[in-house]
Amino acid sequence: MIPGPFSYHRPKSISEATGLLADLGEQSRVLAGGQSLIPMMKLRLAAPEHLIDIGAIAELKGVQRKGSTLVIGATTTQHELQQSKVATDAAPILLEASLLIADPQVRYVGTLGGNVANGDPGNDMPAVMMCLDATYRLTGSGGSRSVKARDFYQGTYVTALKPGEIVTAIEMPVPPAGHGWAYEKLKRKIGDYATAAAGAVLTVSRGKVATCTIALSNLSDTAVLATDAAKAVIGTALEKPAVEAAMKAARAVMSPASDTRGTSDYRIHVGGIMVERALKKAFSRAKG
Amino acid sequence: MAKAHVKMTVNGKEVESLVEPRTLLIHYLREHLNLTGPHIGCDTTHCGACTIDMDGKSVKSCTVFTVQAEGASITTIEGMANPDGSLHALQEGFRIMHGLQCGFCTPGMIMRAHRLLQEIPNPSEDQIRFGIAGNLCRCTGYQNIVKAIQYAAAKLRGETFAEAAE
Ligand SMILES: Cc1cc2nc3c(=O)[nH]c(=O)nc-3n(C[C@H](O)[C@H](O)[C@H](O)COP(=O)(O)OP(=O)(O)OC[C@H]3O[C@@H](n4cnc5c(N)ncnc54)[C@H](O)[C@@H]3O)c2cc1C
Ligand code: FES
Ligand code: FES
Repeated sequence: MIPGPFSYHRPKSISEATGLLADLGEQSRVLAGGQSLIPMMKLRLAAPEHLIDIGAIAELKGVQRKGSTLVIGATTTQHELQQSKVATDAAPILLEASLLIADPQVRYVGTLGGNVANGDPGNDMPAVMMCLDATYRLTGSGGSRSVKARDFYQGTYVTALKPGEIVTAIEMPVPPAGHGWAYEKLKRKIGDYATAAAGAVLTVSRGKVATCTIALSNLSDTAVLATDAAKAVIGTALEKPAVEAAMKAARAVMSPASDTRGTSDYRIHVGGIMVERALKKAFSRAKG
Repeated sequence: MAKAHVKMTVNGKEVESLVEPRTLLIHYLREHLNLTGPHIGCDTTHCGACTIDMDGKSVKSCTVFTVQAEGASITTIEGMANPDGSLHALQEGFRIMHGLQCGFCTPGMIMRAHRLLQEIPNPSEDQIRFGIAGNLCRCTGYQNIVKAIQYAAAKLRGETFAEAAE
């Protein structure tokens, strides 16, 4: 399969990239790791006239901790993220989720920025970013702004990203020491997108859940924050009724399509189980 | 569309070409450089038959544009044998441990295993299975492929692998 023709641009700086996007307009598209975009171009589901490859922009790479904030450059690959002790010590859910994405080859080149900007509900990182309350740094030729992951997703392949903008960095507050985390993903086979997946990040105080966030992947037309499900376990030690209430509340915000991964009912059923597993694992890992 | 000039190192040799930007790396390797070791299995980024080594990463060359490989150092299965022509430990392992039947997946398997062993010289069976999860074999099954990689890992460490093929 051969993609449609395009001209190729390889800017060396963010300003050069945003300048190109502004000049070339709607027919231009950012290329990061290419592990979602190139397959789409091969199927001619995407046919941009200009590709702006952001892979050579040094300022988009790397992971830094600035006080209690973790800052991850957009073109940091899944592989680099997994190798970064700064990132995985601060927020181990990043490692757990990243290892469940695709396969080694895709993870060597697929980027975090591409994963969160893509807008496919099957991507795993958007839900993780919602759990961690991450913020995306967006830059266009007119300047920069920040949008929370929780406000970024509007529909399948529809996000808050405006034409001409690129995600330059993903920033997140480092979760408190002793927090619990888990990302549970049901898939048909290794390397597959989720049939259903759930992430949970929580803190425990005197044996009871003090704070909790839960988010879901591939169970709706975007990743979703399951706010009521998280509320249902606050102040509990995850006794059976609390877990059941959380599963019920999470299922209420799921609306997956019936597809090759299962019927909608099946995916809602297993989606609840992913929430249960994520909560229990996160609780067992938390200290306090 | 204007052609783009690309320059890279493939199996130790510098190559330079004019290519259409949409030329996928697998097509460049197979059709411009006549390196037909990397195979096209699925063409949809699933099977790993097209895997090559690019700047220390295992990459599915059906999902990379040639222009993205500008300046890169690439190794394909053709670059794996030892300088004297004898087989690389992985090639030998696949032969001795019956790690192939039709051989279609083998170039990709070996290139992926090559990088895995650079990163983890003494992998467990689980690490091998997880590490080659992006490579599908439709006929051998994975038992002997895992053993072939264990054989090569041992040989590269200067040890001998005691088990026999299944
Ligand atoms: C076989 C296979 C299995 C996969 N399984 C999974 C899985 O289980 N879970 C999962 O999450 N993903 C999966 N993926 C997708 C993979 O993780 C991609 O790498 C990821 O979705 C996109 O990242 P990328 O860097 O490759 O982006 P690209 O493919 O280059 O870009 C994707 C989209 O995002 C845009 N974009 C990229 N970077 C930016 C940026 N910085 N700013 C603005 N826009 C940008 C592009 O214009 C494009 O529209 C799989 C892919 C394959 C091929
Ligand atoms: S041909 Fe590239 S992954 Fe199958
Ligand atoms: S040996 Fe035939 S596909 Fe692997």
